[in-house]
Amino acid sequence: MLTSESLKRIDREIAKYPVDQKQSAVMASLAIAQEEQGWLSSDAIEFVANYLGMAPIAAYEVASFYNMYDLKPVGKYKLSVCTNLPCMLSGGVDAGEYLKKKLGIDYNETTADGLITLKEGECMGACGDAPVVIVNNRRMCSWMNPEQIDKLLAELK
Amino acid sequence: MAILGAINPMLSLGLDGDNAWRLADYVNRGGYSALRRILEGKIAQGDVINEVKKSVLRGRGGAGFPTGLKWSFMPRSFPGDKYVVCNSDEGEPGTFKDRDILRYNPHAVIEGMIIAGYAMGASRGYNYIHGEVWEVYQRFEEALAEARSACMLGNNILNSDFDFDLFAHHGYGAYICGEETALLESIEGKKGQPRFKPPFPASFGLYGKPTTINNTETFASIPYIINLGGEAYLEAGKANNGGTKLFSVSGHVNRPGNYEIPLGTPFATLLDMAGGMRGGRKLKACIPGGSSAPVLPAAAIMDCTMDYDSISKAGSMLGSGAVIVMDETTCMVRALERLAFFYFEESCGQCTPCREGTNWLYKVIHRIENGKGRQEDLDLLGSVTTNIMGRTICALGDAASMPVQSFVKHFRDEFAYHIEHKKCLVPVDVQRAGSGFFTATI
Amino acid sequence: MEIEIDGKVANVPDGSTIMDAAQQLGTYIPHFCYHKKLSIAASCRMCLVQVEKAPKPLPACATPVTNGMKVFTHSDLAIKAQKGVMEFLLINHPLDCPICDQGGECQLQDLAVGYGDGNSRFQEDKRVVFLKEVGPLISMQEMARCIHCTRCVRFGQEIAGIMELGVANRNMHSEIMTFVGRSIDSELSGNMIDLCPVGALTSKPFRYSARSWELSRRKSISPHDSIGANLSVQIKNNRVMRVLPRENDDVNECWISDKDRFSYEALNSPVRLTRPMVRVDGVLQEVEWNVALDYVAHALKDIAAKDGGSSIASLASPHSTLEELYLLQKLTRALGSGSVDFRPRRCDFSNDGKLAGIPWLGMRLSEIKELDAVLVVGSFLRKDHPLFAQRLRQVAKKCGKISLLSVVQDDPLIKLHAGISVRPDELPIILASVVKAAAQLKNEAVPAGLENVVPCEASQAIAKSLFVGERSAIFLGNVAEQSPYAASLHALTMELARLTNAKFGFIGEAANSAGGYLAKATPTALNANEMFAQPQKAYILLGVEPELDCHNPQQAVDSLKSAALVVVLTSFSDLAARDYADVLLPIAAYTETSGTFINTEGRVQSFNGISRPIGETRPAWKVLRVLGNLLDQSGFDYESSEDVRSEMLSPGEGFVIGLNNSLRRAAWSLPEVASGLQRIADVPIYFTDPLVRRASALQKTNDASMPMARMSALTFEATGVTEGAKVRLKQGNGEVVLISKVDDTVPVGCVRVAAAHPSTAALGEMYGSINVERA
Ligand SMILES: Cc1cc2nc3c(=O)[nH]c(=O)nc-3n(C[C@H](O)[C@H](O)[C@H](O)COP(=O)(O)O)c2cc1C
Ligand code: SF4
Ligand code: FES
Repeated sequence: MLTSESLKRIDREIAKYPVDQKQSAVMASLAIAQEEQGWLSSDAIEFVANYLGMAPIAAYEVASFYNMYDLKPVGKYKLSVCTNLPCMLSGGVDAGEYLKKKLGIDYNETTADGLITLKEGECMGACGDAPVVIVNNRRMCSWMNPEQIDKLLAELK
Repeated sequence: MAILGAINPMLSLGLDGDNAWRLADYVNRGGYSALRRILEGKIAQGDVINEVKKSVLRGRGGAGFPTGLKWSFMPRSFPGDKYVVCNSDEGEPGTFKDRDILRYNPHAVIEGMIIAGYAMGASRGYNYIHGEVWEVYQRFEEALAEARSACMLGNNILNSDFDFDLFAHHGYGAYICGEETALLESIEGKKGQPRFKPPFPASFGLYGKPTTINNTETFASIPYIINLGGEAYLEAGKANNGGTKLFSVSGHVNRPGNYEIPLGTPFATLLDMAGGMRGGRKLKACIPGGSSAPVLPAAAIMDCTMDYDSISKAGSMLGSGAVIVMDETTCMVRALERLAFFYFEESCGQCTPCREGTNWLYKVIHRIENGKGRQEDLDLLGSVTTNIMGRTICALGDAASMPVQSFVKHFRDEFAYHIEHKKCLVPVDVQRAGSGFFTATI
Repeated sequence: MEIEIDGKVANVPDGSTIMDAAQQLGTYIPHFCYHKKLSIAASCRMCLVQVEKAPKPLPACATPVTNGMKVFTHSDLAIKAQKGVMEFLLINHPLDCPICDQGGECQLQDLAVGYGDGNSRFQEDKRVVFLKEVGPLISMQEMARCIHCTRCVRFGQEIAGIMELGVANRNMHSEIMTFVGRSIDSELSGNMIDLCPVGALTSKPFRYSARSWELSRRKSISPHDSIGANLSVQIKNNRVMRVLPRENDDVNECWISDKDRFSYEALNSPVRLTRPMVRVDGVLQEVEWNVALDYVAHALKDIAAKDGGSSIASLASPHSTLEELYLLQKLTRALGSGSVDFRPRRCDFSNDGKLAGIPWLGMRLSEIKELDAVLVVGSFLRKDHPLFAQRLRQVAKKCGKISLLSVVQDDPLIKLHAGISVRPDELPIILASVVKAAAQLKNEAVPAGLENVVPCEASQAIAKSLFVGERSAIFLGNVAEQSPYAASLHALTMELARLTNAKFGFIGEAANSAGGYLAKATPTALNANEMFAQPQKAYILLGVEPELDCHNPQQAVDSLKSAALVVVLTSFSDLAARDYADVLLPIAAYTETSGTFINTEGRVQSFNGISRPIGETRPAWKVLRVLGNLLDQSGFDYESSEDVRSEMLSPGEGFVIGLNNSLRRAAWSLPEVASGLQRIADVPIYFTDPLVRRASALQKTNDASMPMARMSALTFEATGVTEGAKVRLKQGNGEVVLISKVDDTVPVGCVRVAAAHPSTAALGEMYGSINVERA
């Protein structure tokens, strides 16, 4: 189900916790599975659950609780814009609107070519850098004014 | 470098170089000397805790609980596993200081946690890092590797017989995991649902074992307290409000960012440091301690000094030190609508008043913002918040209610106008201009 | 700790909650998520009360009592808080009480009357929650009614031992669901329906068939397993509509198994036999009762006269009542035969003459929770004894050490201290190795015959666990009783119990496994095996289906087919016995007759008939009594089933006297391990007795799915059969074809093939040798 590379990473996470507490690695393991496969299918969730010796529904509870897990396929790039109040005051909402117009999609939609999915995010702990956009949960882009956004979109091909 | 200014800095002193976060740089700045002194001098656990007590360091995560006192609750001489946990799940809107601490001074957190582990007889620690700041998580893992290879972590630290290991755990998008017991559940591999207290983490924490949880900034302050001495640290701030603190200033200022200032510094000074109001516009309101803190109108905040007591006297909370500044282009209904959505979205969903109440609040405010408000809505909002506050498992219920109550209280006219005229007092294009996003159109 | 609640004073132990204290005082505090058998969630917030000096109202279910605490459950603060919570609970709850299946027994509805406000201040759209499909027993059609108390989720985690339901998502979008639409398969699942305080989880078979106020509630006892769960059977128009648990903390607590709950559907099934039938000119034909009974009496008399009474044998189901078993043996003996038995699934009866008393659990059920260590020998624990397993699960939770020594590695959903699974013929040896390890630990001489046994690490761990702590126990399960080595296993267990100072006993196969001994339904001539191994002239069968209930159905059916007379007392008409029966007498099911079950702890539980017998069926005890009369036997003049019972028990006897698991002259032998494939025959949970076999919803569960031939991958390799292919299984002169399946929980060299199922009825011994070849 997962590559040996991913399994190695998961094993490294498991080692962080007491031996009888493998379940502690579920968040990291789901994130690794998602990184490898682009999203979390129920097969992937069940695989992780079995790997960690927990009930599949318990892993599903986790996968559906934390909002950076994607339980449905997303585009190659997932852009999450923070629109929370501090960011809104410095253009977070405008950045979202700008992206929507540029990409021709609404929040939670994916461009027709399957390249980009747009999401509205909650506070990312970077309000001083507003507007902020996160690419694929990993790369945080700060001060996203129109030119910066254009540059980012040009880069994501 | 996003710590943009400071007065008498400690935590942010000397962080200018690109490699400030590296072990070598930290050691050059005197890093790990506090730990060394404690371990080599075999300073008693109780004495370390006393020093922290003397500093009157108050928790930097939001509640402002005295750290030394919290540490003294741990059954430190009981045998068995005990844990120290660092709360870097910074998700409170407006707060972005822990990210910078971890980016530029991670070893201060590590040293602080090791000292905490020593003082409370814990041999394992976890740092729970906000999911969205992935680079910070990676850097922290690197810093841990550095510390481990320098024998600051692991068995027999600095040949002292003291064992302590520390690991990073990342979140994945849930504000509620900042609540300490939700955070523990999350480390245990479950949904982040807060636990009912009592029992408190000091007796039943991570994996059911005694655990102490502190904020990133709290831990990072520990080495400075040990080096400086508790009393000197206290004096660096103001009575009952020891030390300096990082303030995250966001919103309508010219230079949003982190500023380290002594507790007790006037708000006006902080506002100046942040470059003053954007476009020279007028201050309308300020949330002084993160989105959960009650909003204060301009006049009230201008009278405050930045410390726990002064802000609380003004009717709000210092919280995590997140200062959200709003100028006259702000529509207070829209601002509250966004916050209400946040608390609804982030409610963990387990307890009835929060699960149902946050949703109800959002729906009503959303209606008002969209021109479908009713006159009785403002009283309804008041009544719903009273039914939530103090009746939930964790403080998210309160956190969701306080903005609603304070916005409606201080800006009732604006809400009433919205309901009556089905539109905002502040014209939409003015609101847009305030954000400065479309610079060209201003 | 002294606490005052609304002015009334209670003294409670340290660690109690306000809710505990209130219950002691009989003060009702409204609640939803709290349940005395589940962990505390404190999430519904309905139980908020005012506590002196506390600024905020506190949840009674979770707040520990402190000395001198003063609590007000009805103060303004408390009532305001409770009303606030009620309003929140109702805003997204559909207002469909008039059509809701829970109507009339809904905790939310009850409380809303007291706390709710007539008109809602909530003017927004209500939450939409989609229905879920989770199998034939539980309906999750109306999940919008869920109030998120999480009782069902905690039940799964804590009581059933398996988390099948969870709360997905967060905030107002939280939803109870299974993993990607899977079914709920726990054998205790129905309890979640009871736990659900609203109409979100409802009983699929019961839904919309009656309103709660139309039902009359009658007490009864479950006729299935050896626990004797106390039931509340609910009737409308003489029809059993639903079965719920009747709380009895010493027996079933507040739970029942799905078998106890849903088997009632068979009572109303179209295949009930409603009229007597007699074979006339080779064809079974409906006749009047007097005709049928005359026929039976004459036929029995003739055979007794011609071949001797001893050529008549009687076999009863252990699910029969005490009175039925007693009269059957009395009648058989009156006819001059000692060939009577009630243990059709046994094959090793060599201890019969050595029993010091009635075999039983060896302790009371309520004592289980105090055990520190338990060893279970030979059991499909969870499926054979759902509620007994549940009790052990709770012991394990409190750090008791539970070990299991059996023939497959079925997950008992109990945290095991040690688990060993071996071939059936190795069971005595592995038990002997525990015995030897115990002797060594105790520095006693190695018991005779065990010199060559080498205890493995796990056996040593098990032996050791039985010495730790004050109270330990060893229980023999169904596999141990049905095994060809039952006598040795019994003897070895007795020795192990002596060495470790543990109690020991039998979990018991069926509702009257202990009662049959009290009723003397045990042979003085041929036992349940011998009566078929040596074909008899006539058979009387009471509630048994030999092709499904006998240890060796092949042998049983052959003998029945060759008998001159087969009389079958049964509740059903769809029997395989129609092939060989000469007479079918329709008898009442457990709800239609009075009677007694003695559960495995020796508890006497009598019950009344609660609905009229269907059609022309008659209670079996009456049928047997009339037969006694017709056969001109004295001592059959009973007026009531109580008259029958009083010949065995004195009135008011709560527990049977004479319970004793000891053996006189105990002896064991350790079998050679046989070569060749061995059969392991489980009795699937929904095929144990005639009633469950015909309970339609239970028959749609995964537990009732078609048996397969299960072997480990290694066994597959050795047999040369492709995994998953159809295989032909042969025992004696019979064969069946099943789908095969890789199952590494089965020991190498064994095939797991269920018994008690029509598809395997042509096979022979449950634990005999077996051939597998490609079909
Ligand atoms: C809803 C909620 C969110 C919280 N989020 C955070 C957070 O992001 N970071 C943090 O340090 N504390 C947070 N807290 C406070 C923690 O529960 C806890 O009080 C704190 O981590 C203790 O550390 P301190 O004593 O060092 O402040 C939050 C509390 C609540 C109720
Ligand atoms: S107050 Fe909200 S976030 Fe806190 S436990 Fe209750 S439902 Fe969860
Ligand atoms: S019963 Fe106490 S919170 Fe639900």
